[in-house]
Order: sequence, then structure tokens, then C-alpha cells
Amino acid sequence: MTRTPEMLHVTVQRGTAQDSRKERYDVPARENQTVLDVVSWIQQEADPTLSYRFACRVGMCGSCAMMVNGVPRWTCRTHVSRVAGDGRLDIAPLRNLPVIKDLATDMDPFFDKWVAAEAHHHPTRGRLEEFDPIKPDSPERAEANLGIECINCGICYAACDTVAGNPDYLGPAALQRAWTLLNDSRDADRPGILAAVSGRGGCHNCHSMGSCAQYCPNGLNPMRAIAGLKRETVKAALRGKRDA
Amino acid sequence: MLDLRLYMAQRLSALVMAPLVLGHIAVMIYAIQGGLSTAEILGRTQGSLLWFLFYGTFVLAVSVHAAIGLRVIAHEWLRLRGTALGLLTWGTCAALLALGFSAVFAVTLP
Repeated sequence: MTRTPEMLHVTVQRGTAQDSRKERYDVPARENQTVLDVVSWIQQEADPTLSYRFACRVGMCGSCAMMVNGVPRWTCRTHVSRVAGDGRLDIAPLRNLPVIKDLATDMDPFFDKWVAAEAHHHPTRGRLEEFDPIKPDSPERAEANLGIECINCGICYAACDTVAGNPDYLGPAALQRAWTLLNDSRDADRPGILAAVSGRGGCHNCHSMGSCAQYCPNGLNPMRAIAGLKRETVKAALRGKRDA
Repeated sequence: MLDLRLYMAQRLSALVMAPLVLGHIAVMIYAIQGGLSTAEILGRTQGSLLWFLFYGTFVLAVSVHAAIGLRVIAHEWLRLRGTALGLLTWGTCAALLALGFSAVFAVTLP
């Protein structure tokens, strides 16, 4: 058992992207404490002007992701004892996204890329028609199931070095969503998805470094999904079903 | 920066290069082990369509593969884009083709 220090020494990135600075806070350490608890303590007890984002506090909504000691994490499910054995925490806004203020990032580029990847449902039936039954044991469904627990937290996007080097790259989350739809028998626009992920910012830019899979808090593997998209786009191009 | 067409060009050129690299290494080891002189090597390669095709294909594959690889690095690390990136890609490809084929012609033309 490591002894809990009495105080945590926390640095928080404050300000906007154009004018950012690090501020230091001493926060009382608790035996059972998440990084989000620490940020909330600073906002409630030390500086009410601190901006950050959270909602559910139980790892479902995906809104509280931040950089913690240089690593993207969901702060509501990250215990301080797991990441700051020496009592030091460095908290910053998510990487690869514009900062609005303090720890709140602008998620627009992240979600715009979901739309650009055609990572939204294209229905095969209207609401007045019968339900389209899904076979739970089909290989396509099993493949889609591997990726559908994404909570859109942006951690994979912040972890991805290809996004950092190539701002046009659609990123792991959007591409994984496109892959789950490609494997969904209820999605009607397979050619549209394949075309959307084959452009200049598409799946072929992935270098398979695996940071997305490494840091995904839900244990998903977007790299596997992207490899699947590469395979399917190449197959489709070789079959001549779309303009290569 | 890497669309499907460039991705496939790079993968296919790698596919072509793999056996040619092994062949090239085997040739080098054979030439050195046997103690072949320059004249003996040129005597076998000059006028040989087979060696021209072997190394000509190698040069083509290398030029395509390396140009696309450098394109990605230049974009991600040097932030090159647009015309500059296109010039670098095609320039690298053209330079490797020129250097490679001048060497191939030198050893295979009769």
C-alpha cells in the first residue's frame, strides 16, 4: 500500500489557445478520488472561473476527457491513485482540438469529421415499414458489435499522432463509426461510406501506430476498424465498384 | 494526403519490390562470393533483356514507393501541402527514375 499524500500538487492549463498559461493549485488528497473530483474541487473551492466540461460522471457521456499527465483520459473514471503516485497532476485540454477556454475544447472539428466520413445512419426502410431483423450471430454483426460502444469522448482523436501531423485526417472515432455502419445490414449507403473514407483525409492515412486502441477507455480497437476499411476499399476498387 | 489511389500505388509497388530486393541481395552475394570482376559482371548484364527487365522494374517500383513515402513524411512533419507537396512527390519520383535508369542503361545496354 502506498501512503496517500496530504495534498496533491496540480497544474492546470488555463486560458485560450492564443494565451495559455499553467496555474498551480494544492488540492486536498482523498483516499478515493477521481481526476474529475480534483478539477471540480479547484472550480468550487479555489477558482470559480475555471472552465471544463462534464455531465454523467459515470463514463457514459464522453464529455470529461482531458490530458492527464500528458495522456488523454476520461477523468470521471480515472482515479488519482492510478495516475499520480507522487501526488503530482498535470491537467490540460484534449490534444488535437482547438481550445475554447481552460480545459474546454471545441469538439466541432471532431464531429464534423464524423459527418465527412458518412459515419451516420443511412436507413434502408422508412418508419412505416416493418423492422429489419438483425441476425446477432452473423460475422458482419459481430464485427460491428466490436465498435459500437464508442462514447464519442475524443480520446482516440487526441491520442492519434496522425491527426496531430495531418489535420485533414478523419481520425479513429469517425472511421470506426463508418466501419460499424459498413457492417450494419440496415445501412443503405455502402458505396457512399467507402467513397467518403477513401479521400485525402481518409482511412489510408492511418500508420497503424495503435495509440487509439491503447488509450480508448472502453477498450475498443479503432485501428482494427480502420484496417477493415482499408481492406474493403481496396477490394471494392479492384472489383471496379467505385472510382478508385 | 494519402487517398486510395496513392495507398494502392504504394502497396503494389512494395509487393513488386519484395521479391526483387531478395533477388538483388542474392545477386550481390553471388557476385562477391564467386569473385566476379567488373568485366565479368558487365559481360553477363550488357545486352541482357532479363537483367534490364529485373532492374528496370525495380527502379520503377522504388521511384513510386519512395516518392509517396516522402510525400507523407513531408506533409506530416514539414506541413508541406498543395503545389509544393505535388512538386516534391513528382520531383522525387522523376529524380529516382532518372538516376535509376541511367544506372540500368549503363549496365544492360549492349
